Amino acid sequence: MAKRIDVSGLSAYYGAHKAIDDISMTVEPRSVTAFIGPSGCGKSTFLRTLNRMHEVTPGGRVEGKVMLDDENLYGSHVDPVAVRRTVGMVFQRPNPFPTMSIFDNVAAGLRLNGKYKKSQLSEIVERSLKGANLWNEVKDRLNKPGSGLSGGQQQRLCIARAIAVEPDVLLMDEPCSALDPISTLAIEDLIGELKERFTIVIVTHNMQQAARVSDRTAFFNLAAVGQPGKLIELDDTERIFSNPSVQATEDYISGRFG
Amino acid sequence: MVTTTPPIRNSRRAEGASRPGDKVFLGLSRGSGITLLVIMAAIAVFLTYRAVLAISQDSTNFLTTSEWNPAGQPPVFGIAVLAFGTVVSSIIAMVIAVPVAIGIALFISHYAPRKLAKPLAYVVDLLAAVPSIIYGLWGAIFLVPYLGGLNKWLDDYMGWTYIFDKSSDGVARSLFTVGILLAIMILPIITNVTREVFLQVPKMHEEAALALGATRWEVIRMSVLPFGRSGIISASMLGLGRALGETMAVAVVLSPSFVISGHLLDPGGGTFAQNIAAKFNEANEFGRDALIASGLVLFVITLLVNGAARWIIGRRKEYSGAAA
Ligand SMILES: Nc1ncnc2c1ncn2[C@@H]1O[C@H](COP(=O)(O)OP(=O)(O)OP(=O)(O)O)[C@@H](O)[C@H]1O
Ligand SMILES: [Mg+2]
Repeated sequence: MAKRIDVSGLSAYYGAHKAIDDISMTVEPRSVTAFIGPSGCGKSTFLRTLNRMHEVTPGGRVEGKVMLDDENLYGSHVDPVAVRRTVGMVFQRPNPFPTMSIFDNVAAGLRLNGKYKKSQLSEIVERSLKGANLWNEVKDRLNKPGSGLSGGQQQRLCIARAIAVEPDVLLMDEPCSALDPISTLAIEDLIGELKERFTIVIVTHNMQQAARVSDRTAFFNLAAVGQPGKLIELDDTERIFSNPSVQATEDYISGRFG
Repeated sequence: MVTTTPPIRNSRRAEGASRPGDKVFLGLSRGSGITLLVIMAAIAVFLTYRAVLAISQDSTNFLTTSEWNPAGQPPVFGIAVLAFGTVVSSIIAMVIAVPVAIGIALFISHYAPRKLAKPLAYVVDLLAAVPSIIYGLWGAIFLVPYLGGLNKWLDDYMGWTYIFDKSSDGVARSLFTVGILLAIMILPIITNVTREVFLQVPKMHEEAALALGATRWEVIRMSVLPFGRSGIISASMLGLGRALGETMAVAVVLSPSFVISGHLLDPGGGTFAQNIAAKFNEANEFGRDALIASGLVLFVITLLVNGAARWIIGRRKEYSGAAA
């Protein structure tokens, strides 16, 4: 299921403003890659080009290529809706469907994809909630609204919803930034488990988090405000945090930045 | 101690200085609030008193009689026809207007390119400002003759449903035509309010659906409509309120009669507001009391409808988008 992502020469625009410039990188299957970099350098923008969510923004435009194994996501015959069904996404702020029950939230993606029998649905919902380490906390109230959970539980519900459809890739944009340290730890553990099955890309502002959860780390930077963001370097996480090859990376990591 | 004294003094002084102003304002707002309540209570008492006077003189059952002759000896009048006509024409209006309004609102908020959405929203705003007598005249001059064809088609192909069976000839001065006219009249307000609600759906709810691979319509089904549900109901109630109470447009289009007929295409019938407008000038004092009594019934119906709407909105509050 997990697939390799191969990006080449990718630039993204908001109207006339170029937000990221000429990014190329490879993300191995069954690994966690962390994106770090200062605010505004285009981490979220880049992440959203990987499931074609960028073009949903008015004026959003992408140039370049994103290969998922051997399929170009920006090929002329590719349907962005189909892409989003195979590349899942978890957002910064937990966003369960407020009008749906916990069960329906997890089943939402499945119901979009096709017909399932009730028993099949229950089975997948249970498996996904277990996969997101949420099952024990919600198994007695599956019919209650998802918006009634705590922030950390809601975020895990969103993860359950994303993995229920068995995506090839899981994108996470600062999934812990709205959470307390305990919930954060729970989600970090979860990421460690999920990488057995998925290719995971995570944006984070938390260096320790990047060091804890990721195998590879990509550092993004921008020359000046208003300039497009660029990929500065991508390497094994250990290397990035101990002995990066670019001076700017070391400055950023050690806090000697800007 | 020394350092804390000045601020305390300052705040005292500030408070002291604003106190007369506060008092005046408090007195003013309290006074106008009480005045308003007193005036409303006086109106309610007056209307109820006159209505009770009339109903107590009615020689038949006020609620079930299909006749309006308060000047007769003995007086015979009842609201059956009016209640029927008001409710039926409003139902027709809602059945037509609500889905169309939601469709237009969705188109403006989620489908139309910006260049088209702006002017379209503006036109709908304009339509909401047209006075109802203009709609009434347009209905009588344009709608009534031109609905003949539609009526014939409905009669031919849908006649078996009974309600679309046209049992008498004559022009389309019917409850059905009134319903269509009312639908057109309440369309703008429902469209405007639902459009505003749809535009307020948080982006993160829509993106939640998009990221799961939802098509545009699926996003609307999963995020926009559930979030907008209570807004749709509120908007519909605004429209329904206007339809129930609409006077001039109905009075101009309908050819009134005091028969309850399920054949909606037949001319005839009446509504509360239309009946009051038609009878008020020629009525004596007792006749006016009778009309007031019918007006009170309309008021009660409106209250019931609003209560029902509130109940529907409140029933699934914990699931409502507003809670999150
Ligand atoms: N919807 C938008 N419309 C126009 N410009 C945008 C939009 N979203 C982001 N940008 C611009 O694109 C650039 C990159 O933004 P992006 O959100 O990708 O940065 P980021 O690295 O994710 O920042 P943060 O760490 O604060 O989340 C910024 O200059 C930003 O102003
Ligand atoms: Mg971001």
